[in-house]
Amino acid sequence: MNKPNTFREGPDETGHFGIFGGQFVAETLMPLVHDVAEAYETAKNDPEFVKEKAYYLSQYVGRPSPLYLAQRLTDKLGGAKIYLKREDLNHTGAHKVNNTIGQILLAKRMGKTRIIAETGAGQHGVATATVCALFDIPCTIYMGTKDIERQAPNVFRMKMLGAEIKPVTVGSCSLKDAMNEAIRDWVSNVDTTYFLVGTAAGMHPFPMMVRDFQCVIGEEVREQIMEAEGRLPDTLVACIGGGSNAIGLFHPFLDDADVKIIGTEAAGKGLETGLHAASLTAGQPGVLHGNRMYLLQDEDGQIMEADSVSAGLDYPGIGPEHCWLHDIGRVEYVPVTDAEALDAFHTLTKLEGIIPALESSHAIAHAMKIAPDLPQDHIMVVNLSGRGDKDLNTVAATMGVEMGVNL
Amino acid sequence: MNAITAKSVETRLGKRFAALKAEGRAALVTFVTAGDPDAQTGLKILQGLPGAGADIIELGMPFSDPMADGPSIQASSQRALAAGMTMKQTLDQVRTFRTQDNDTPIVLMGYYNPVYFYGVEKFVADAKEAGVDGLIIVDLPPEEESELCLPALKGGINFIYLTAPTTDDKRLPRVLENASGFVYYVSITGVTGTASAAKADVDAAVSRIRRHTDLPVAVGFGITTPEGAADVASVADAAVVGSAIVNRVRDNLDEQGRAKPGLVDEVLNFTKKLADGVRKVKK
Ligand SMILES: Cc1ncc(COP(=O)(O)O)c(C=O)c1O
Repeated sequence: MNKPNTFREGPDETGHFGIFGGQFVAETLMPLVHDVAEAYETAKNDPEFVKEKAYYLSQYVGRPSPLYLAQRLTDKLGGAKIYLKREDLNHTGAHKVNNTIGQILLAKRMGKTRIIAETGAGQHGVATATVCALFDIPCTIYMGTKDIERQAPNVFRMKMLGAEIKPVTVGSCSLKDAMNEAIRDWVSNVDTTYFLVGTAAGMHPFPMMVRDFQCVIGEEVREQIMEAEGRLPDTLVACIGGGSNAIGLFHPFLDDADVKIIGTEAAGKGLETGLHAASLTAGQPGVLHGNRMYLLQDEDGQIMEADSVSAGLDYPGIGPEHCWLHDIGRVEYVPVTDAEALDAFHTLTKLEGIIPALESSHAIAHAMKIAPDLPQDHIMVVNLSGRGDKDLNTVAATMGVEMGVNL
Repeated sequence: MNAITAKSVETRLGKRFAALKAEGRAALVTFVTAGDPDAQTGLKILQGLPGAGADIIELGMPFSDPMADGPSIQASSQRALAAGMTMKQTLDQVRTFRTQDNDTPIVLMGYYNPVYFYGVEKFVADAKEAGVDGLIIVDLPPEEESELCLPALKGGINFIYLTAPTTDDKRLPRVLENASGFVYYVSITGVTGTASAAKADVDAAVSRIRRHTDLPVAVGFGITTPEGAADVASVADAAVVGSAIVNRVRDNLDEQGRAKPGLVDEVLNFTKKLADGVRKVKK
């Protein structure tokens, strides 16, 4: 495959990153999807929009988020110097709000009066409900019943924020099915409704737009690491659900050939068990939710259910730009199991006093795996995409602890 | 597109619409999911449909994630998949159907992934050989025509485009550019089997589409009764009924989800009523 001069040009006009991406959308929605693309093109070149977004990111979200040198983790591993990009310190507790701020401002400009969103871990749901409260727009959040159960604190947060939660009881009752239901809602409410997609996947322009809104992560890291170390990092690590926190960190570094970039996908109970969410490692190209991407599917092209201890990574696909970066070899993607992520969760909590989201724990786990063999002047940046308060029930269950009973 | 134009693709669809025009009536297009509730029962339904008055058959290719469908057709897809239906078996059913009926057009309807996974070239060749006349792929708008529409035309299969209330006059020509067989007007903004459009709105929409094309116009989504079918038949070239038929399958399952003895008859009797509704309307 030919190496392009830059890795940062995509997508093309029709929303393709190589063969991935595109606009595989029912006709009813197609005009709306074009409307979003047009409105976004206009908005991103409008200084007013840029200014307003910057205002909310700094004054409301609390950006820039710190780049924190995890000294005790570094010492314990005895190798690479590990920095954590503290997206967990954003208002609402994850990187998701970077995107919802951008999109709610866009929806407002488009005159939309109702917001819908899909959510897995509930972080995107919370970030959506939050900006909808802030801008006084009603919102409906689709969430699989399996996720409602394991992310109960986030469900309650969304309710407090005034969101309507629609439990999704079909299929695997997780993120994939929530996405289906959100699309069905959008088709049924075309005049009023804006679909606030939560990750860098779906039909064009969403993978591009969500990436652009998340790139603030990588742009800040560039400045912060220059200040701290006087040079760019050697390695970046981030976890991948649909791929938004990862692409946000990676994209500003794609053309820096010396920066090694690693994405971690959820290997669930282990690749060999078939119970995982490792779409790149174990999937094949296919078409779902408006775009071509690597997908977990059976021998007849039916989409398979994913499996991960982390609701935010429990999705059988992965955003199109990651699929392309995988195929051209610019980014390395590795599987991380539930057990490894849980181990990382406990390690970071005890060593640094930071409780990471189970999603982010997948990135930390891989850092813990490779750091000991790297020299001490090797600089590694791990995206701590969110905080783990939402996961305490899940973690307690893995420890055989029942919250509020046998603590 | 070189050499092949959409208009030059001749299938049973063209012949059927021409014959109905001569007869002075609209077509009844029936949707069922292949292999619902199981392969054997599904095949019996398929084989019985022309006799019950279906002029054109839309055969659903089951998919795990039917994003544009409401609960009825979602459930039918799930039943078929649970019973082990595959793409190969769907094509086999068309082949079997063709041993008895070489006139009734069959349009395969569904989502792109199972086709893509099967392999586009092989799919077009196998579908043509099996006796398929047209394709409706919900998630392949004209923006993605190079995926399957153009290969299908090349392989001698009509690619039928959906138009919706949101498809404005500016966009319609783009949608119709490589359309053939017929144009499918989705009469509501919504998923299948949920709401029905007002007759006046359908009338206006069909007239609008006719200003852009000579192709027959079929109207679907939300037609549930013989009267509803007759209403549509009076303004359009075809009335498509899906969820209401599929619900007859659902209503005739036992507790384990297996077909009750009368299932096929129930489905075909209902189809006959729809056909009577459509045939009452003379043009
Ligand atoms: C904290 C956190 N990290 C990561 C993810 C995965 O999403 P993405 O790959 O889009 O960053 C989620 C999704 O819910 C999340 O809540």
